[in-house]
Amino acid sequence: MSNPLQDLRVAVTGGTSGLGLALVRALHAQGARVAFVARDAGRVQRVAAELAGTHGIVGDIASKTDTHRIALQINAALGGLDVLVNNASSLGPVPLALLADTECEELEAALAANLLGPFRLTKALLGSLAASARERRRAVALVVNISSDSAVAPYAGWGAYGASKAALLHLSRIWSEELAEHGVHVVSFDPGDMDTPLHSLAVPDADPASLKRPADSARELLARITAEVAA
Amino acid sequence: MKAAHHPIQRPRDAKLLVVGASGLLQYAPRSELAQFLRRGDLLVANDAATLPASLAGIHLRSGAPIEVRLAGRRSLAVDDLREFSAVVFGAGDHRTRTENRAAPPPLHAGDTLALGPLKARVLRRLDHPRLVALAFDGTPDAIWSGIAQHGKPVQYAHVTQALALWDVWTRVAARPVAFEPPSAGFVIDWQLLHALRERGVEFATLTHAAGLSSTGDPALDARLPFDEPYHLPQATVDAIDAARRRRGRVIALGTTVTRALEHAASRGPLRAGDGLSDQKLGANTTLRVVDAIVSGTHEPGTSHYELLRAFASDAVLARADAALLANGYRTHEFGDSVWVERSADRPAAARTRRLHAAQVSRPRARAESSRPAVPLPRMRSPQ
Repeated sequence: MSNPLQDLRVAVTGGTSGLGLALVRALHAQGARVAFVARDAGRVQRVAAELAGTHGIVGDIASKTDTHRIALQINAALGGLDVLVNNASSLGPVPLALLADTECEELEAALAANLLGPFRLTKALLGSLAASARERRRAVALVVNISSDSAVAPYAGWGAYGASKAALLHLSRIWSEELAEHGVHVVSFDPGDMDTPLHSLAVPDADPASLKRPADSARELLARITAEVAA
Repeated sequence: MKAAHHPIQRPRDAKLLVVGASGLLQYAPRSELAQFLRRGDLLVANDAATLPASLAGIHLRSGAPIEVRLAGRRSLAVDDLREFSAVVFGAGDHRTRTENRAAPPPLHAGDTLALGPLKARVLRRLDHPRLVALAFDGTPDAIWSGIAQHGKPVQYAHVTQALALWDVWTRVAARPVAFEPPSAGFVIDWQLLHALRERGVEFATLTHAAGLSSTGDPALDARLPFDEPYHLPQATVDAIDAARRRRGRVIALGTTVTRALEHAASRGPLRAGDGLSDQKLGANTTLRVVDAIVSGTHEPGTSHYELLRAFASDAVLARADAALLANGYRTHEFGDSVWVERSADRPAAARTRRLHAAQVSRPRARAESSRPAVPLPRMRSPQ
C-alpha cells in the first residue's frame, strides 16, 4: 500500500522548535507537503532552508490579526489542507507561578496562544479541511490539538498552562462531535514530557535523560496521523 | 435599491425573495433558505478565499502614491504568481467612490511599484491607462507573505468601515484566489450545512477566482467580467451526476458558481479539472447544469443581472425588481438575496450524458491572448 503521508498537505504551528520542529522534519522525510508557522523570522527562514520544499510562515497564532494571514499563506502554499497540527503553545508565567500569583494578563496570554489561537486558526482553515474531506483525499481531514497531562491532572504551579490546555481538550471534543458529519476529525495528542525549550522554561533543572526526545514523540504523533488519514 | 452598508455576512434580518419556476414570488427570511431545498437537491458553493487584493504604495519613477487592485491571474496554481493583471488608481482609498478616483501616473513597461514589502514591475499596459500586467519580485512564498501582510480587501465607498479578511471570507473559504468575495456564499454557516444534511440535501464546492466587480471606469467596466479561472473537483462532478440521476436540482450559490458550471458544461460532459470561464451569460444562454441560482440582489444593467436573464424572462425579473424595491431589500455584497429558479419555459439543454464529448478548457497560454490574463470584474452599478 502506498505511503498515506506522501503528498499529504500538513500545517504545523510552532514548527521551529521542540515537537513541532521534529514533526516538520519527520513529515518532510515521509514526503508530506508541509507548511509551518512560527514567530521568529530568522528561525523560520533557517528551517525552511534546511528542509527544501517546506513552506515557512512567520506569524503569531496568539494574534487575532495574524490568523487569516497565516491561513491564507497555508492555503496558498499547499493549495488546500488535509491536516492541521495546532502545536504552538505558551507556558504562561515564567518561571511557573501558583495560580494565585499568576497575573490575569499572563492567564490571558496563555489562553490566547493555547485556546484562542487553535480555535481561530482551525476555524479559518475549516473550509479547506472540509473540502479535503469532500474530495476524499484521505479517509478524513484531521485537526490535531497538542495536549498535555496537565490538561487532565491539577498540577500545582501549572495553572495558566493546565487550564488553557484543559479548555483546548474540551474544545477538541466538542468540535469532534460537530465536525464528524463533515469528515473532519479533531483529536488531542499528549506527547508526554519532552526535552524541549518549553519544558526547560518550566522545569529548568530537569534531567534531560528523564525526558522523551521530541523526535520520539513526533514519531508517535506521525503514527497517529497515519492511522487517522489511512483508516 | 438601498445599499447594505455594514459588513455583516448574515444579518439577522436578511431577506430572501424566491422567484419560482412559474414566476411566483415568495418572501422569506433568509434564515429559512434551507426550507426551499428538497431532499435530493445539491447546493454548490464557491470555496475561493478572498485575497487582500488592494495594495497601497508608490510608483517609483514619479514618486506618486498609488493603489493597485489585483484583478486576475492566468490560473489558480498556487505557484503561478508570475503575472497578475491589476487596476491602478492614483492617490486615495476606498472611501472615495471608484468613479471619482484620481488616475494613476502614466504607467509604462518597466516601471517599478513599491507596495509595502512587495516590489512589482509593470510588464505592459493592457489597452487602458489603468489596467496593467505586473510581476512581483521574489519567491512564491515571499509574494504570498507580502500580499498577506500588506494587502487589504478591495472595498467600495458604500461600506465605510475598513474590511478585514474575516469580513470577506465565507465560512467555507479555502484557496485564496478570489479578488473580491464570492458574496453569495455569505449565507453559508455550519448550522446551514448541518440543516441541509438533515434534510437530505447534498453540498459541494468548486473554486472560482471571482474578479473585481467595478473599476469606476466605464471603458473598463464594459469589459467585465474578465475571464475567471476555476477548478471543478471530481467530487463535485460526481455529486452533480448523482443529483441528476435522482432527479434532484442543482442550485448554484452565486454567479461565479453558475459561470463555472455552465462554462464546463458548454464543452461537453462535465469533467473535473481546471477551466477559464470566458463566456457572458444572458437571455440567450441555454442552461445545461444549473436549475436555480441563489444570489445577491442586482440592478438591471449589471452583468450579474444579465446572468439572471438566463433563468427567467424579463417580465418575471421586472416583477421581481419591483418587489425588491417595494419591500426594502438591500443590495451589494452584504445585502439581501434572491433565489431564481430556471423558468418552466426555459428547458435545460440535454443533460450531460447526451452531450458531445469535449474538454474543459485549459487556461489560455500567454501567447494566445492579448487580453489580460485576468479574470475581469463584474460590473457594479453606481450607488
